Amino acid sequence: MTTPGRLPQPYGHDSGANLADILERVLDKGVVIAGDIRINLLDIELLTIKLRLVVASVDKAKEMGIDWWEDDPALSTRARRDELARENAELRERLAQLEPARGQEEAS
Amino acid sequence: MTGLRYVYAICRPFRSALQRQLTGVAGSPPKQLTHHGLIAVVSTVPETDFAEEPLRAHLEDMEWLTTTARAHQQVIDALTVVTTPLPLRLATVFRDDSGVRTMIEAREDDFRRVLDRLEGRVEWGVKVYAEPESAQAAGPEEGAEGAEGGRTGGAAVSGRDYLRQRRMRTRAREDVWQKATAFSGRLHETLSAFAEDSRLHAPQSAALSGASGQNILNAAYLVPRAESEEFVELVDREKDDAPGIRVELTGPWAAYSFTGEFAEEPEVEP
Repeated sequence: MTTPGRLPQPYGHDSGANLADILERVLDKGVVIAGDIRINLLDIELLTIKLRLVVASVDKAKEMGIDWWEDDPALSTRARRDELARENAELRERLAQLEPARGQEEAS
Repeated sequence: MTGLRYVYAICRPFRSALQRQLTGVAGSPPKQLTHHGLIAVVSTVPETDFAEEPLRAHLEDMEWLTTTARAHQQVIDALTVVTTPLPLRLATVFRDDSGVRTMIEAREDDFRRVLDRLEGRVEWGVKVYAEPESAQAAGPEEGAEGAEGGRTGGAAVSGRDYLRQRRMRTRAREDVWQKATAFSGRLHETLSAFAEDSRLHAPQSAALSGASGQNILNAAYLVPRAESEEFVELVDREKDDAPGIRVELTGPWAAYSFTGEFAEEPEVEP
C-alpha cells in the first residue's frame, strides 16, 4: 500500500504550453509493452509525425512546441558548435596563409 | 463486445480512490484490473478507433494525438497523486482483460523490480533557456559598437566595421550561450546531488517550442515525494537572475524518465 506524501502544487502541466513536455513523455519515455494491437510507435513518431510537422504544418508544430527532428543527434547546440568549428577552420587557414609570408619576411 | 483494453500504467494496490470524474482516452473511466498482486489501470476503448488500422491513422492526426496524449497523461497524473505508477507508453492496447493478465504474468518480475525502485518517487523536469537577444540589448558592448560603428550619412559600412559588428554580435550571443551552458552544468550538478537519479534529455527546439530562447538544459530528476518541496525550493534558490538565462520547472510527473532499466521487448512484426 502506498501512502502519498504531500506534494507541491503541480507546475503547470495542464496548460497548453507544456504539450511538448507531455508528448515528449507519453510518446518517448515510459515503458514499452507490446500489446495485442501492434503499432510501431517509433515509426510514427520519428517518421510520420516528423514529416507531417516539417512539411505540412510548421505553425501547428510551433503551437505544439515540438519537433522530433531535433531529438535526433543534430541538436541546435551541435549546429552552434559546427559554426564555431567552421570559424576556427577559417582562422587556421588564414593563419596558414600569413605564416609563410612572415617566415619569408624574417628570413630576408 | 467490441471494446479493447487500453493500459495506462502498472502499479501496486493503492488505498485512495481515484477522482470520480476521471475519464480516460476514449471518455470512459479508468478501472483497476488486479492480477498477481499488481494492478493494471485500464479503460475500455472502441475497436473502431483503437484497432490497428484506425489507430495507425489516428496517430497521424495531430488533433487526435494531442487529445489522447492529454487524456493519457491526466490518468497518469491522477495515479501519481495516490500511488507510484509505472507509466506505459501511449497506446498500449489489448484485446481483452485476459490479454492484460497474460502480459502481467509475463513481466511481473520486471514490474515489481522497477516499482520497488521507484516507490514513493516522482520526476521533476528542469529546463534552462538562453535568451541572447534580451541580454544583448542590455549588454555593455552594444554602446561601444554603436559609437565605433562609423555609420555616417548613409555611407556604406566598411568591411572591417561590418566584420567587427558581426564579431561583437556573435560574441554577445556566445557569451550568453556560454554562461547559460556553464550555469546549466552547475545547476545540473547541484540538482543531481540532491536527487536520487537524473537524466539529460535532448533540448527542445527553440524555434518551434514557442518558448523564448534556446533550450540548453532539458533534464529530469527522480526525487522522493517527501523531499519534493525541498527540491522545488532548491531550484528556486539556484535560479540565476543573470540576463538571458531562464529556468523552467515542471512536475511532479510520474517517473517516466526512470523506467529505463525496464528491458524492452523485442519488436515483433505482425
